[in-house]
Amino acid sequence: MTNQSLASNNTPKHKVTFKASRDDLQMRLFMGIIALYLIIAVAFPLYAMFSKSLDNRDGVFVGIENYIHYFSTPALFYSIYNSLFVSIITTIITVSLAFTFAYALTRSCMVGKTFFKTIAMIPILVPSLLAGIALVYLFGNQGVIRSALFGHSIYGPIGIIIAETFYTFPHALLIIMTAFSIADARMYEAAISLRASPLKIFFSVTLPGIRYGLISAAFVVFTLVITDFGIPKVIGGKFNVLAVDIYKQVIGQQNLQMGAVVSVVLLIPAMCAFVVDRFVQKKQVTLLSSRAVVFEPKKKIGFDLSMFLYCFLVSIFIVTILGMCQFAALVKMWPYNMSLSLNNYQFDLMDGGGWKSYYNSIRLGVYTALFGTIIVFCGAYLVEKGRGMNLGRNIFHFLAMMPMAVPGMTLGLAYIFFFNNPANPLHFIYGSMSILVICTIVHFYTVSHLTAVTALKQIDKEFESVSASLKQPFYRTFFRVTTPICLPAIFEISIYLFVNAMTTVSAVVFLYSANTNLASVAILNMDDAGDIAPAAAMGMMIFYTNAFVRIVYIILTKKILFKTQAWRKK
Amino acid sequence: MSKIHRVILNVIIGFVTFVAFCGSSFAKTDLLVYTAVEADELAMFKAEFESDYPDINISWVRDSTGIVTAKLLAEKDNPQADIVWGLAATSLVLLANEGYFQGYAPVGVDALDPLFVDPANNPPQWVGQRAWIAAVCYNTVEAAKHNLPVPSSWSDLTDPAYAGHVIMPNPNSSGTGFLDVSSWIQIWGEEKAWAFMDALHENISRYTHSGSKPCKLAAAGETPIGISFAYRGAKSKNAGAPLEVIAPSEGVGWEVEAFGIVHNTKNLDAAKKLADWSVTRKSNEIYNQEYAVVAMPGVAKPVENFPPDIVEKMINNDFAWAAANRMAILAEWQKRYDSKSDPK
Repeated sequence: MTNQSLASNNTPKHKVTFKASRDDLQMRLFMGIIALYLIIAVAFPLYAMFSKSLDNRDGVFVGIENYIHYFSTPALFYSIYNSLFVSIITTIITVSLAFTFAYALTRSCMVGKTFFKTIAMIPILVPSLLAGIALVYLFGNQGVIRSALFGHSIYGPIGIIIAETFYTFPHALLIIMTAFSIADARMYEAAISLRASPLKIFFSVTLPGIRYGLISAAFVVFTLVITDFGIPKVIGGKFNVLAVDIYKQVIGQQNLQMGAVVSVVLLIPAMCAFVVDRFVQKKQVTLLSSRAVVFEPKKKIGFDLSMFLYCFLVSIFIVTILGMCQFAALVKMWPYNMSLSLNNYQFDLMDGGGWKSYYNSIRLGVYTALFGTIIVFCGAYLVEKGRGMNLGRNIFHFLAMMPMAVPGMTLGLAYIFFFNNPANPLHFIYGSMSILVICTIVHFYTVSHLTAVTALKQIDKEFESVSASLKQPFYRTFFRVTTPICLPAIFEISIYLFVNAMTTVSAVVFLYSANTNLASVAILNMDDAGDIAPAAAMGMMIFYTNAFVRIVYIILTKKILFKTQAWRKK
Repeated sequence: MSKIHRVILNVIIGFVTFVAFCGSSFAKTDLLVYTAVEADELAMFKAEFESDYPDINISWVRDSTGIVTAKLLAEKDNPQADIVWGLAATSLVLLANEGYFQGYAPVGVDALDPLFVDPANNPPQWVGQRAWIAAVCYNTVEAAKHNLPVPSSWSDLTDPAYAGHVIMPNPNSSGTGFLDVSSWIQIWGEEKAWAFMDALHENISRYTHSGSKPCKLAAAGETPIGISFAYRGAKSKNAGAPLEVIAPSEGVGWEVEAFGIVHNTKNLDAAKKLADWSVTRKSNEIYNQEYAVVAMPGVAKPVENFPPDIVEKMINNDFAWAAANRMAILAEWQKRYDSKSDPK
């Protein structure tokens, strides 16, 4: 009681004056605008999808009839089993591989760490389908190392699991490496002085130290696999999974209601994984203590050499996938005429929209990076640095976290329901580039938002208090102080959005139109029509573009950061 | 104050530009054409038509027959297409029954074989352009590796020797797949045809989305045998693939590619121009470059690498019957074969 009354007595002195409270109102207005964007771009479409899943084809409400039909159709129902099967197996394989790789990068003194880390990040730069296409050339009936499968067919769960492992590897690696890097060297010193064996140290210090990282990585991989659509579409053969079922229902049969039902079913595992991941992430932070000492690995020739060999093998796998695609793209007629030509780059003679789709993809990438970064960063700023209205800020934060739990297929389908409704005043953006941009920003909102929030948390709140007491409007602080300090994070967000806009298939596959074909979707369509080599060629175009942008980004940031971030160095 | 206004103004300008990205201006008439014609032919058709009508710009929406048909049906209440062009006549009959098209007799339609013109309406709601014909693509190199004999009939393909070596298109998405199934039923009757497909199913390694993919996979050696259509086989063979294009002895299914102008289209004049252009002798000669059977009598010359006897083997195809039974056939097919992925 006394405390409270004391506090209420004290606050008015520090409380902002009339001028500043108008400032608050402005901030809330801007936050409201971005929140409105998120509501229109996530919440409303999802609601539209839920309600459609309860309608029949003529739009009459039928309750859970569609769901009953779904669960009584064996072909559809088996897909749940298939999806869970490949997701769980891939998760086990990827997390084990990534764990060892991360262990090598953080706990050994092998040479070439930067090189290996760079190679390991390559899969992020290519559409997931490309791995499936590479496997056709490696292990297909005319594959160069087909015998390695001992007569098994690559078209099916084997192909899906190998390709998904390639695709999810860097995601798992990044998370596990972060977990390794926050280890406390004092724990190891204590263990060694207690004469614990290396094995004992591994199981009682190393593993427990990164357990949250491992759990988090497992759930991220699981979610990526179960929601991925490109790989099972390309290499799945007759092996049906949930994400492909949505595509078949919506595109193949234009049965949007049944597509909505499968989307809702797919939403459940993704949501669960998301909730567990958030819970674990919170735990992870508490492990860090301010007195922790950074772990420095010591030289051990045998161990370092074996780790080097391991990383070398993994890197060969990754490079082979890419190399195979590039080679196949240049071969005139696999396998009967292996002479090289550029015939497969005549995209205008293939399905998928030709070269125009490639330029459209670049446009999508640029717009998504530009507008996405502005929206995400401003939103994160207002949530993090805004004053008062805690409920509003919490709701905003929740809206910003929501997209991560929504699979791309689900999001895309939800957009059809919401925006293709003639009664919707925003109907006019349907079929345009704008809807692709809006959808892509939302699809990758959460990770960008978290990156921005992390960067903003590092800035002392005093900046805002000081500028408020100097009667400066918040946007001046924002432009003069916050934005320059956060430049590294801002670049990171924009490159993340660009790369993902170039590679994404799942959400946009339902939303592109005759004038807005995309390169990533063209790969899918060319593969569908049997033009597999041109599909590989287009996939490599995306890789080169992303790699080029990434390199420019590294050079640019070095220059700009040298100018703006010099204060970080002592 | 003025600064706030400037900030708000900037935000508004940003949003307006954001939304305006979709709108780019066109001086030409933009004609939205839904089609299932092979992508490698579309560029040529577009160039030829636009050189005759420079004020019109064709935008294609291309996919396999089943997909385009399903898309058109889904958009029934709010059609997007101006004209449907180069789609299976069975689908056009089905769409015409839904009132999708408006009658129009293209200038010169009288010169066409009456078999290619909508018999049910005057003026016709759809007009045929050319016929595409089912065929089996047989890869001689891969077949030799597996000691597979050359199939000469459809029934040959049910031989257990071919197990896992045959790929065919899914009739739900592919027009070629549908004309195969429809022709088998017309040749043998329901019971025998489904028994044949049951046996064939045992040999099929997978069903593809598009009708050209089985032949492209055969051309690439991914499968020794692909059930596809003659144009695709001839095209791949011309490109150097070790293929034989076979017309099975029982007879081959075929289908007319046709066009129809969408009812209430905003670009009626442009659509009519494309319709007129599509029945000219010039267009028929272009059709004949790759297809053996075209709508205008006396134009067709033999096409390189087509099976020589394929025209005689074309069955007496009943489009009205096929259109009326399409849904039921596809539902039955899906029930029997679409769930090959049993859990094991």
